[in-house]
Amino acid sequence: MTHSIGILMKSPKFLIGSITSLLMILLVMIYPLINTKDPLEMMALAFQPPNSDLILGSDNFGRDLFLELIYGIRTSIMVGLVAGLCATLIGLVIGLACGYIGGFVDNILTALTNMFIVIPSFIVLILISVSLNSRSSFIVALIIGLTSWPWTARAVRAQTTSLRNRDHVNIAKISGHSTPKIILFEILPYIASYVVMAFILQVASGILSEASISMLGLGPYNTISLGIIMNWALVFEAPVAGAWWAFIPAAFAIAIITFSLYMINTGMDEIFNPKIRS
Amino acid sequence: MNAYTKYFIRKSGWYLLTLLIALILNFMLPRLIEGNPVSTIASQVSQGMTDSDSIKRVYDNFMKEFGVDKPLVVQFGIYLKNLVSGDLGTSFGLYPRKVSNILASAVPWTVGLQLPAILVGWILGNVLGAVAAYRKGVFDKVLFPVALFVNSIPFFTLAIIMLYLLAITFKWFPMGGGYDYQMVPHFSLDFILSVIRHHTLPFLSIVLVTIGGQAIGMREMSIYELNSDYVLYSKLLGIRDSRVARYVFKNAMLPQITGLALSIGTMVGGSLICEIVFSYPGIGTWLFTAIRQLDYPLISGCTLLIALTVLLANFTIEIIYGIVDPRIKAAQMEEN
Repeated sequence: MTHSIGILMKSPKFLIGSITSLLMILLVMIYPLINTKDPLEMMALAFQPPNSDLILGSDNFGRDLFLELIYGIRTSIMVGLVAGLCATLIGLVIGLACGYIGGFVDNILTALTNMFIVIPSFIVLILISVSLNSRSSFIVALIIGLTSWPWTARAVRAQTTSLRNRDHVNIAKISGHSTPKIILFEILPYIASYVVMAFILQVASGILSEASISMLGLGPYNTISLGIIMNWALVFEAPVAGAWWAFIPAAFAIAIITFSLYMINTGMDEIFNPKIRS
Repeated sequence: MNAYTKYFIRKSGWYLLTLLIALILNFMLPRLIEGNPVSTIASQVSQGMTDSDSIKRVYDNFMKEFGVDKPLVVQFGIYLKNLVSGDLGTSFGLYPRKVSNILASAVPWTVGLQLPAILVGWILGNVLGAVAAYRKGVFDKVLFPVALFVNSIPFFTLAIIMLYLLAITFKWFPMGGGYDYQMVPHFSLDFILSVIRHHTLPFLSIVLVTIGGQAIGMREMSIYELNSDYVLYSKLLGIRDSRVARYVFKNAMLPQITGLALSIGTMVGGSLICEIVFSYPGIGTWLFTAIRQLDYPLISGCTLLIALTVLLANFTIEIIYGIVDPRIKAAQMEEN
């Protein structure tokens, strides 16, 4: 474990990605402690350009955009983490069940996975969101997680199937270990790096999904997320008003977060998967 | 029966089952809204209507279309029957316009925008990714992070930035719509030019994001192939580099075709949101309007249409894939 972390620290991609993410998280944790104002408070005229008072100007309601951005990033990261955790867990359980148990269970679950890979998760996301009358950011995160597990399930299944008949697993079976114990100690450690990478990708795609769904006007209520800031900018025609500060910073925030997560993933991939090192 | 027919029939069966699930999801979910959906909906639609007769008419009409007083299975039967006859219900927002009518007017715009954009982006992305893997060096060092960054930007974000820079700041392109708003659609050079001018910016923004994702995938696959034994062996045999490159490209290309099949849903979703940014008169913009007005029949029509198209695209790709990939052919032979 310490050995692999040692190797990871030498990968520039992994370092850039993780340092950027950590800085981002620190910023959104600390800034609300310094500036304790309510992000929804109106404090200026609409679409004021950035000045010494308001670093990123004001939005259509005259609210401080920098403060909104900080809270937006916080919500988006949280939604991404919850959605990613949820999707990875479901994918892991289904993938392990398919790969290890095999047979009938495998056939049914694989068929289900394949079907949900083909039905666009974006559509299911819209349908569920439309049907819910009240959506907190936690609920939105759960829905995203519930619709994005098939990828992980498929990958975990493939890995588990190839591990199932290895010698060390057979020895554990002959020694009379229970199935949960075999899965926990003989299978999971071998796919752990893979699962962590899948989790990171799921977080990134969760953040993107939240942004898309909020952009459509189906985002969480009573909160600010990066997608919601973009939605406001579009609904109140900020681009036409020339108010670039109302959407460019939010856009870049999304891009920087997902970019740093992709970097972490690529860095890890190159370490754990030596064949693709260029 | 030959192997390919078997493959075809099995795939068709799976896709029919998937289609059924998509239909059930589309049917069930709006009906999960708490309480009687029709009264919830009718009260929303008739807000601002004072005439009690017309409120009653709206209510009765939707009551009939939804059939909520009947058991769920019968409702599903009615739903399927209406679908087969091409009846998707009546829009709330644009009452009494038919949903199928609205969608029919939007489909040509969406297809005309997305199909060429996704194909061009996919081809360019694959070529760039392969070149990056093969050339390595500076080209790869620059292209890879750029592609990764572009790929991290959500579709619509790039669209908004392009809209702001190219249409509003520099005024090179129109701000939105499918054609100049004072024009009436007709067949003339002026109109076609106007359509092309409005098409460029949304087209470019979809192409750019697609290139990013595809280039990353293709680069990875190509590096993987370049490190495999057959490449080393061919090099030892003294086979020309261009020839080896062709083998590598062919092998790396196949997973990319599956990749296209699997990511087409995401791409279509992203492009739909792109349409909203440019208020392009396609399905995406209608979906946005429908969600804002809580126009359930129109929302459900849009989602159904998108799901069907994505399923069809996937099916087509898999069927072609069965012909192209020799490994699948071999597997079919073994089964016999």
